[in-house]
Amino acid sequence: MSQTPMDDRRDAPVVEFRELSLSYGKTVGIDRLTLALPPRQLIGLIGPDGVGKSTLLSLITGAHVMQKGDLRVLGGDMRDVEHRNWACPRIAYMPQGLGKNLYFTLTVEENLQFFARLFGQDAEERRQRIDRLTKSTGLYRFLNRPAGKLSGGMKQKLGLCCSLIHDPDLLVLDEPTTGVDPLARRQFWDLIDNIKEEQPSLSVIVATAYMDEAQRFDWLIAMDAGHILDTGTPEELLRKTSSPNLDEAFIKLLPEEKRSGHSELVVPPLETDGEISIEAEGLTKRFGDFTAVDHVSFKIQRGEIFGFLGSNGCGKTTTMRMLTGLLPVTEGEAKLFGKPIDSESPETRKNLGYMTQLFSLYNELTVRQNIELYAKLYDMEPEEIPARVDAMLERFDLTGVANRLPSQLPLGIKQRMSLAAAVIHSPQILILDEPTSGVDPVARDSFWELIIEISRRDKVTVFITTHFMNEATRCDRISLMHAGRSLACDTPEALTAARSAETLEDAFIAYLEEADSGAADAAEAAAGGMVSSSNDGTKKKKSFFQEHVFDFGRFYTYFWRELLELRRDRIRTTLALFGAMILMVVIGYGITMDVENIDTAVLDWDQSELSQDYLLSIYGSPRYFRVHEPVTGHSELEMRMKSGELQMVVEIPPSFGRDVQRGKNPDVGYWIDGGEPATAETTVGYAQGVHSLWQQRYAERQQHSGTKGVSVQNRYLYNPDVLSLPAMVPAVIPLLLMMIPAVLAALSVVREKELGSIINLYVTPVRRSEFLLGKQLPYVLFSFASAVLLVLMAVFLFDVPIKGSVLLLMGSLFIYCILSTGMGMLCSSVTKSQIAVIFLALIATMMPAVQLCGLTDPVPNDGSLSSIIGNIYPTTHMLLISRGVFNKGLRFTHLTIPVLILAVEIVAICGLGILTQRKQER
Amino acid sequence: MKESFRHIFSLGCKELAGLFRDPLLVVLIIYSFSLNIYIGAKSAPEAISDAAIAIVDEDGSPLSKRISDAFIPPLFLKPDMISRADIDRLMDEGRYTFIVVFPPSFQEKVMANDNPEVQVNVDATRMSQAFTGNGYIQQIINREVKSFIGEKSQGKPIYSAGAIIRNRFNPNLTKSWGRAVNGLINNITMIALILTGAALIRERERGTMEHLLVTPVKPVEIMISKVWSMSLLVLVVTGFSLIMIVHKLLGIPIAGSFWLFMLGVLINLFTVTSLGIFLACFARDMPQLGILLILVLMPMQILSGGTTSQANMPAFIQFVMRFAPTTYFVEFSKAILFRGANFSLVWKIFLQMLILGGVYFFIALRRFRKSVAS
Repeated sequence: MSQTPMDDRRDAPVVEFRELSLSYGKTVGIDRLTLALPPRQLIGLIGPDGVGKSTLLSLITGAHVMQKGDLRVLGGDMRDVEHRNWACPRIAYMPQGLGKNLYFTLTVEENLQFFARLFGQDAEERRQRIDRLTKSTGLYRFLNRPAGKLSGGMKQKLGLCCSLIHDPDLLVLDEPTTGVDPLARRQFWDLIDNIKEEQPSLSVIVATAYMDEAQRFDWLIAMDAGHILDTGTPEELLRKTSSPNLDEAFIKLLPEEKRSGHSELVVPPLETDGEISIEAEGLTKRFGDFTAVDHVSFKIQRGEIFGFLGSNGCGKTTTMRMLTGLLPVTEGEAKLFGKPIDSESPETRKNLGYMTQLFSLYNELTVRQNIELYAKLYDMEPEEIPARVDAMLERFDLTGVANRLPSQLPLGIKQRMSLAAAVIHSPQILILDEPTSGVDPVARDSFWELIIEISRRDKVTVFITTHFMNEATRCDRISLMHAGRSLACDTPEALTAARSAETLEDAFIAYLEEADSGAADAAEAAAGGMVSSSNDGTKKKKSFFQEHVFDFGRFYTYFWRELLELRRDRIRTTLALFGAMILMVVIGYGITMDVENIDTAVLDWDQSELSQDYLLSIYGSPRYFRVHEPVTGHSELEMRMKSGELQMVVEIPPSFGRDVQRGKNPDVGYWIDGGEPATAETTVGYAQGVHSLWQQRYAERQQHSGTKGVSVQNRYLYNPDVLSLPAMVPAVIPLLLMMIPAVLAALSVVREKELGSIINLYVTPVRRSEFLLGKQLPYVLFSFASAVLLVLMAVFLFDVPIKGSVLLLMGSLFIYCILSTGMGMLCSSVTKSQIAVIFLALIATMMPAVQLCGLTDPVPNDGSLSSIIGNIYPTTHMLLISRGVFNKGLRFTHLTIPVLILAVEIVAICGLGILTQRKQER
Repeated sequence: MKESFRHIFSLGCKELAGLFRDPLLVVLIIYSFSLNIYIGAKSAPEAISDAAIAIVDEDGSPLSKRISDAFIPPLFLKPDMISRADIDRLMDEGRYTFIVVFPPSFQEKVMANDNPEVQVNVDATRMSQAFTGNGYIQQIINREVKSFIGEKSQGKPIYSAGAIIRNRFNPNLTKSWGRAVNGLINNITMIALILTGAALIRERERGTMEHLLVTPVKPVEIMISKVWSMSLLVLVVTGFSLIMIVHKLLGIPIAGSFWLFMLGVLINLFTVTSLGIFLACFARDMPQLGILLILVLMPMQILSGGTTSQANMPAFIQFVMRFAPTTYFVEFSKAILFRGANFSLVWKIFLQMLILGGVYFFIALRRFRKSVAS
């Protein structure tokens, strides 16, 4: 291992690790690495995909929890929480993937504000820094554009600005230029150089797959398979391997077995019969006012490799989507083999193989299953499939990983697998959208070997986009695209010569700068001055409380961010707000305990005057009994009850009249449908009422004394008319305010996990409590607003007055909203996927709130699991308060206990959410 | 045609294989078809039990005492004797659901055939307990008064036979029966909706949908594959849950044919999964789908006739609920499981459900094709 030429030997290494290892389950990420990184350098981490570069970086930044070994960053142990808290604000981390730490619905300005606030800068300082950074990166003009609408290069610049906003001592960039076009890439590195110049004390660690970039670094670490191959300056590495460029140097550093089979790529000349396989004539696509593709024309011969080059967002992908039939063409025509593209025709599609820009196979299927699936979807003969799949696995060197899941594999292998899936059905045309983005040089070369083979041997036409210039030179012809138009289309040599440029890259940039005001960006960057960090050191002193317990600034930052996002999603908020109101109406009117219109029929075996008289009490109460055709026999009774037509049958026995008159006391039979026990119970009550009423009437008619009995006067308190509505409305409010807020809040954290911005929690000083509570608060406020609406509806629309303390009701509802959103956050903390969190949130709220909390039946106290949950669940207590205040006119003194229980549960639920959320990735 | 079947089959297998890779999802499905149903079924005491009752006895006569003593467990807790002045306060505090008041010289008036009044105060916010409990109280008072008079007057009442009540299909009106079956219905609906809806959104967010659409696969095949695979999965766990949890563990008899019920579930699943795709086509992303799911699931759970009878709901709600698959599901479940109905009695419900499912399926398909094209 080579020794570093340190400029200043007094300086301690910026990062130092010994025997550092990390594995994901059985897969080894990095294996016992030992190294010290010199400070104030631009350090490059180079190596193929999946050798542990990202793993190492995520450990250095503290994003991933450590397993084995020692790691010291900025002079302290990264296992030590105290040191991590001290070091985090001094490390800036830009994770892999375009704009992964950014929030796409927020504007450029808002994203920067978010990060600046997270580091506790005041308004003036934020303004200064944001202006300075955006001016020097050319983003100043786009401050109000949502980050999601930026091109890839601009996203990366924004990501860099966000990382630099707080003057870090260590800047860690994980493949910052992957998927970024050459012009933007060049600007990006100029920017880094400027920053380094301005701030010499800054150490930068960069992982990259572009070897031409590595050339400009001060010091390199070459990695392979979790190990360090070699370290040193680029010159040293070149000298040691006696290679002309780093690409080759790296390959020479690889162990023997990996190098084998690798040789300089030679593209055999194209032999063509002149047959045109893809033809586009004035191809145009407009989205509203925006013209994505503007009259693009080209003809591609059979077997040709046709390259598409252009800046991010110039319309390459849109053109490809039109060729595949995914997008309808606005204007112009595209033909495949002389036939217009018919998206419905399976024949056209069978001729096409397609690879999307982002990995678009199934992460939940193994490599083999994925390829098999596509073989079947492309209608291959079943008996051919196994052999063909095996052959493809072999050819693309995937046999070893055939039974692994793609999510465990590095990008390069995943791309090979995507290509295998795209060619499984031997298509005539292959459309590949940036197939090598983020793939290391060795893998890229072997990928191209395959493409050349497919093109030359199988005569497949290949239509490909790329940002790598060495790849572009391998194409038979290339088309330069910019802003939807095709600038030029010729062989790479001809294009280079036309601009009298030395390399294709220079030619490309010349074309672009000529075509576009993109030059303005660069000019602005130069004029805007440097990213000067005003190291005035006037950082505010933080109080002990802020430092060790809770920082309201960071809490407010997350609150502000979440609120912005919630406000942007109008559809969701409208749905949630109006949905709650509609549900209140539907459920308020819908749940009813009143039992009326019981489907009744009589079975009168007697047919006497007295039996008719008895049945009069049934016929005479149409409100309660809806009388159907009489039943004539038992089998009919059985049938009609089974079918659900009848809920009750009154059976008068034969010779009922005679027996009654003789004092024989014949029984009257009532058959009641017990399928719905609650209704049946009430029906039983009605039946007994009918019966005893008739008894009484009969007795009176016989002028018999002593049977008058008593009359029972019912006094229904709180709801004198015994209507369901006044009792239901106060109960529906807590019900709605449990489920809707829980589901709203539940997705907030998981979404960050799925989209990647959770990394900001891992690497910035924000605490879990600040993060979760800050994100929760907007939902609490939103839910409380809908609570106010629902209460107003209850009072003014349903005429259910609030008899008790309004203050108590609203106060409890506020507490309750914290609880229900807290439930959502808790679900969010313990799950990883959006589908699982929706599921969990629904299970955790719907059944308990509707069935266990006393909505229709009081909560029992029998010690069963159901009653325990019912007694703990917040809805139970909120129901007591809501009904107490609405219907009974109660005040705080009556309801102290449920209010206190709710307050205690806030601590429990929110606390549990904070505890289960991780501060580092595991 | 043959190709279509192969596409549908392969894509469906992919759905199932993918699902089993997510352990949390599998655990949640198992939970919702076992413990969730069990807890829901046991959520309230059978009929009314342990109702808190108090008595204001201003008469203090043998009759009033006799009636008071008739309020016995398990229906009622032992009554507390309180004074008239405390009625409102105690009711406010929610201590008692019922307070029975015997007026002064109650017994005297009964014997004089003066028709005295007994006042029963009911806490109407206790909903079902209030309504059914009140019925029991009236019966008890009448029964006791009648037999008291009979004993005292020695006179023979002219007609004193009771009404013989026979509860068909659920002789003891055991509430857990209805709750368990409802729980099953709700879980089937929820899971089928989430699995299809969210799976579709996930494919869209991850870009796998776009990739599928460049293959010879047609949108309708993608939809059918999701419908059959999720239906099959839910059908299997439903069968398991019905036999093991509802029948064996909760001891609920199944009156009708198990296979007829499963046929109904299958048709219902077609309707519900189509509805799931329908919703997913309207939601832009997962958070929006989450809210839509709540808005659809909640009324379906509460108003489909499983909790309270639909016949008593306002006409417009009955109309709206005709578009909810669960309404039909509840109807045929009760018919087959409790009333033992055979095919001739439920085919109409099946047909209605099938038509509804078809409508959802075709609207979803149109919408799906449209969203694919944009």
